[in-house]
Amino acid sequence: MIDLIWRELRLSLRHPADSAAALLFFVIAGTLFPFALGPGPTTLAAIAAGVVWVCALLAALLPLDRLFGADFEDGTLDLLLLSGLPPYAVAFAKTAAHWLTTGLPLLVISAPLAIMLRMPAGRLPLLLLTLLPGTALLSLIGTLAAAITLGARRAGVLMPLITLPLMIPTLIFGASAVTSPHPAAALYMLGAMFLGALPLAPLGAGAALRAAAE
Amino acid sequence: MFRGERLVLNNVSFSLSNGGVLLLRGANGAGKSTLLRALAGLTPLAAGTLFWDGVDALEDFAEHAARIAWLGHLDAVKPALTPAEHVGAGALGAVGLAAYADLPARLLSAGQKRRLAIARVVASGRKLWLLDEPTTGLDAASVAQFLRLCEAHRADGGMIIASTHTPLDLAAPEVLTL
Repeated sequence: MIDLIWRELRLSLRHPADSAAALLFFVIAGTLFPFALGPGPTTLAAIAAGVVWVCALLAALLPLDRLFGADFEDGTLDLLLLSGLPPYAVAFAKTAAHWLTTGLPLLVISAPLAIMLRMPAGRLPLLLLTLLPGTALLSLIGTLAAAITLGARRAGVLMPLITLPLMIPTLIFGASAVTSPHPAAALYMLGAMFLGALPLAPLGAGAALRAAAE
Repeated sequence: MFRGERLVLNNVSFSLSNGGVLLLRGANGAGKSTLLRALAGLTPLAAGTLFWDGVDALEDFAEHAARIAWLGHLDAVKPALTPAEHVGAGALGAVGLAAYADLPARLLSAGQKRRLAIARVVASGRKLWLLDEPTTGLDAASVAQFLRLCEAHRADGGMIIASTHTPLDLAAPEVLTL
């Protein structure tokens, strides 16, 4: 499985456009809000956490259609399923690669975006703390949606329709943990959702991959 | 066996021993690829059983997958990776690609990509080779090289099941016409 993650990272480094597009989208989408709402620091500070979370969610969706799509089109998916790894391990490796190439960079650049949106400096560690399980959840649920829609007509449209509703609880608890005076409960919920999705999403994605290969 | 909702194969039965080779023949759409996918466990059997040493082979998919080297009609070659990154540099000599080990695969010709896919099968060390039109895009010299690799695999006790439209000059093949 480590070999597969390395291979995915190598492919991502050779074709950085997917990850770069997600990061650029994240920054550009985030910078649109001050233009629309005005540069008032009070207004921006009030919405900063929500903006960062929504932009991260939308940006993480961008590379998902190629997560399995390229492997499906060039025959690699069959080899992955016959590699000796269980299908859920293949899905988990893809999730890990997506998080390392998209989720982690989004986490890193969310700090400067939040500062630009006038988020109080004291809230930044909390934002990063919520985005750590948050981006991992995005990768887990996104991988599941990518596997379910693999081979479907208009998969690119279907995938956000599946992913976005499933991400609403994460969004609620993630954004509220940053803005709430008592963030512990929301953080616990994020952690619980992450621990629940960690085994379940790869299992579901693995089953969907087997079905897609048929 | 079904392809989608269409029944493509019915009443198919054969056996293969160590060192054996089975060539699947038939017109386009006869079900050769579907049969290969079913033998790999990628497509479920609608009915019937696939036995390996007398045991239902598909009961444990992971164990079955570990026996199989798969060459589909697609090469499964990543344009951004080099041949050495696909199969390891040591395996490329067998298919005459050692000189291109560090070249991005996008710069290989169609025939060279097919040879790279064949190198992956050879390097797998697995017992049963399932090959879907393995010689597509290969020149005469590459076909001869491929046949030598097949015979060496058989000599080691390996088995081969291949779909092909063109005759493959392998010793004592069994033929199943679909």
